[in-house]
Amino acid sequence: MSAILQGAGAGAAAALSPFNSIDSNKVVAPSRSSLSVRCKRYIVAGSDDGTNQSFGSSSLVARRSQPLMIPNAVSTTKADTAASSTSSKSGHELLLFEALQEGLEEEMDRDPHVCVMGEDVGHYGGSYKVTKGLADKFGDLRVLDTPICENAFTGMGIGAAMTGLRPVIEGMNMGFLLLAFNQISNNCGMLHYTSGGQFTIPVVIRGPGGVGRQLGAEHSQRLESYFQSIPGIQMVACSTPYNAKGLMKAAIRSENPVILFEHVLLYNLKESIPDEEYICNLEEAEMVRPGEHITILTYSRMRYHVMQAAKTLVNKGYDPEVIDIRSLKPFDLHTIGNSVKKTHRVLIVEECMRTGGIGASLTAAINENFHDYLDAPVMCLSSQDVPTPYAGTLEEWTVVQPAQIVTAVEQLCQ
Amino acid sequence: MALSRLSSRSNTFLKPAITALHSPIRRHVSTDTSPITIETAVPFTSHLCESPSRSVESSSEEILAFFRDMARMRRMEIAADCLYKAKLIRGFCHLYDGQEALAVGMEAAITKKDAIITSYRDHCTFIGRGGKLVDAFSELMGRKTGCSNGKGGSMHFYKKDASFYGGHGIVGAQIPLGCGLAFAQKYNKDEAVTFVLYGDGAANQGQLFEALNIAALWDLPAILVCENNHYGMGTATWRSAKSPAYFKRGDYVPGLKVDGMDALAVKQACKFAKEHALKNGPIILEMDTYRYHGHSMSDPGSTYRTRDEISGVREVRDPIERVRKLLLSHDIATEKELKDMEKEIRKEVDDAVAQAKESPVPDSSELFTNMYVKDCGVESFGADRKALKVTLP
Repeated sequence: MSAILQGAGAGAAAALSPFNSIDSNKVVAPSRSSLSVRCKRYIVAGSDDGTNQSFGSSSLVARRSQPLMIPNAVSTTKADTAASSTSSKSGHELLLFEALQEGLEEEMDRDPHVCVMGEDVGHYGGSYKVTKGLADKFGDLRVLDTPICENAFTGMGIGAAMTGLRPVIEGMNMGFLLLAFNQISNNCGMLHYTSGGQFTIPVVIRGPGGVGRQLGAEHSQRLESYFQSIPGIQMVACSTPYNAKGLMKAAIRSENPVILFEHVLLYNLKESIPDEEYICNLEEAEMVRPGEHITILTYSRMRYHVMQAAKTLVNKGYDPEVIDIRSLKPFDLHTIGNSVKKTHRVLIVEECMRTGGIGASLTAAINENFHDYLDAPVMCLSSQDVPTPYAGTLEEWTVVQPAQIVTAVEQLCQ
Repeated sequence: MALSRLSSRSNTFLKPAITALHSPIRRHVSTDTSPITIETAVPFTSHLCESPSRSVESSSEEILAFFRDMARMRRMEIAADCLYKAKLIRGFCHLYDGQEALAVGMEAAITKKDAIITSYRDHCTFIGRGGKLVDAFSELMGRKTGCSNGKGGSMHFYKKDASFYGGHGIVGAQIPLGCGLAFAQKYNKDEAVTFVLYGDGAANQGQLFEALNIAALWDLPAILVCENNHYGMGTATWRSAKSPAYFKRGDYVPGLKVDGMDALAVKQACKFAKEHALKNGPIILEMDTYRYHGHSMSDPGSTYRTRDEISGVREVRDPIERVRKLLLSHDIATEKELKDMEKEIRKEVDDAVAQAKESPVPDSSELFTNMYVKDCGVESFGADRKALKVTLP
C-alpha cells in the first residue's frame, strides 16, 4: 500500500489528537524508508516515492524538537517485514504487558509529572506485571502503592491532576473501579466543564477487564458499557502489543482523561514492535484486514475471535473487512463510515453485554449516520446478559465464539 | 416620627462636614499594623497534639479587614437569598451566613499558594480567595461572565490562580481530591498545604477515612477541616454520628477543636495546622460553627431546629458582632464608621448584583466547549461524530 500524505486540514477525524500526533488520515507504511529529516517545527515523514513532504499546518506543529516519531505506522505483522524493509532498526519482540510497561516507562522518563498509583503497582510489580521494575527505577513517590480504597486513590489522582501532575491510575481489575465511579464520573469527566475550562484532568485510568479464564462473575466485568455515557472522558481499548504501547503513550500525553481498557487474556500476546518511538492516535480505528463483502467491527479480545472466523470465511469465499475500532468513545465514524459505504453490511462483534453495551451504541450510531448505505440491518453479536458463570463450558457460551461469527456473516451476506 | 424628621434634617445639615471628615482620612488607629494580642474566648481542645496558645497576634488593620470581609460575605449571601426567591438563581443554593469567620480566619493564616477545596457551600470561600462579587453573582445567575462561564452554578465555583479548587456537589467527594492536591504539593516540593473542608455530614463518609489513611501514611500536607454546623441537612449530629468528636475521629491523626465563630481563633488554629502539616503530616481541625439559613434555599431550616436556637446563636455567637465589639472596645473604629462601612458594602453588593443581572447568558455554542481540552484550531464533533459540530478556539 502506498503511503499517501494529505494536508493537515483534510478529513474530519482527529478532533482530539494528542498534541504531537498526526491526523488519522495519514498512513505511513512501515516498510518505506527515509523518515529522516527532523525539523524543529514539523513532523516529516517519508512517502512512497521518496519525496519528503512536511505537514505544515499550524494545528499540528510539534513545538519542541522530538526524537523521531512515527505516528500511525501500521503494525509490523509477519507479512510486512520484508528483508528490504525499514532503514530503521528492525524492531523487537515482546509481550503485550511488556509493551505497556515500555510505553509507561518511556513516558515517565520523558515527563517527570507522570506518576503511577494503584494497588500493588510498586514493590509487587503490578498484578499483571505492567509496572514491573518501575518502582526501583523511579522511586516510591512516582510509583505509589496505595491501600485498597479505589474511591480515595482515584479521587487523589484526579486532585493531583488538577494541579498539573499526570497520574496513571491502575485499577487492579476494571470491575473494582465501580467503587470509584463517583470520582470518575463527577470529578474526572466533569471538572473541566464545570470549572469553565480552568482545570484539566490529564489522568489515565487503566486496568484489565473482560472475561478471563473462569475468574467468576465479579472479576469478569466489562466496564466500558458503564463508562461510555460519562461526558468528558475518552475511552480506548488496546488489543495488540503495538497499539497497547501506542495508546498508552497517547493517553498519557493527552490533556483529557482517558480510560484505557486492557484485557486479562491478552497480556501474553507476542508481537514485534518498532524500536523507534511512536504513538497511536487515540480517536482512530485500526484496519486489521481490508475486504469487500462485509464490515466486521470489533475491539479487544474479540478481534482474535473475528480473525479466527475470518480464516474460515476466506476459505468459504467471503472477503470480510475487519476493523478494530480501538476508540470506544468517541467512535471513529470516519473509518467506519468509509468501510460501510464500501461493503454495505455491518457485523459488530463485542464482548460487552447485549443490553446497553458498546455494540448497542455503535449500532445506533451507524444506523443514524449511514442508514442509506446499508443493504442489511446492522447485526451485533455480544455477550449474553448474564453474570459470567464459573463453569468453563458455561463461560464459553457467554461470549461470542468464532463459529457464531461465521454463521452471522453467512446470514448477512445472503 | 417628629423626632426622626428633626434628626434627619439636622443630619442633612451636618452631612457635608461629616463626609469631609470621613472619606479622605482615616484615623491612624484603624490602619495600624502594630500587633495587638487578643485572647480567644473559648480554649482549644486537642487530640494527640499540643493546643496552640489562646493569645492571638493580630493588628487593627487585620481586624478591620475581618469585619469588612465578613460583612461583605454576609451581605452577599443575603442578596443571594433574595435573588433565589426572585427566581433569578435556580437549582440548589447553599448559603454560608453564620460561618463567615471560617473563611476570613483561614485566609488570614495562609497564602494563595496554599490550596483550599470545599463542598457546595462555597460562595464565601470563593470571595475569601479573592473572587469578585460580580463573578459570583454572574455564576449564580448562569451568565457567561460567571467564574465558571455560567456552566457550573452555585456548587461549582473555582479560582485556579488563587488555588481555590472548588466547589463540589457530591458530599465528601472533595476529600480524596484534596488529598490529591496535597500529594501534588508534596511531589512538587511546594512547601504549601491544602485545606480540605467538609461538613459534619460528610464526616461519616468512608472516603474520608480512606483518604485520611493515605494522607497519614504518606505524610501529605493535608489539613482536614470539619465545618461542624451541627446539622447534616436535616439531621442533627447526635442523630447521625455515634462519636460527635469529629476532631478525634482521625484516631492516629492529631486533631484540634476550634470555636469556628471566632475569626481570630480560626486564624490561630489554621496557622498552627499549617506548621504542623508541613512537618508532621495531616491534622484534623473541627470548627464549631453554625449556619443561620437552612441547608439550602429549599430548606426552611426550622423543621429540625427551633427559631429560638437560631436567634440565640445569632445573639451570642455571631462572628460579625463579635468582631464589631472587638473593634469598638479596642477603639479601632467608631460605631458610625462601622455602620458607614456596612452601607458601603451594601452598595457594593447591590452594584455587583445589578451588573451581574445585565450580563449576557452563554450562547448555545458554549454547550460543547470545555468538554475536552482542544488542540489548536480543530473541529470537534459530538461523541458520535454527528452533524452538530463546533470549531474550537
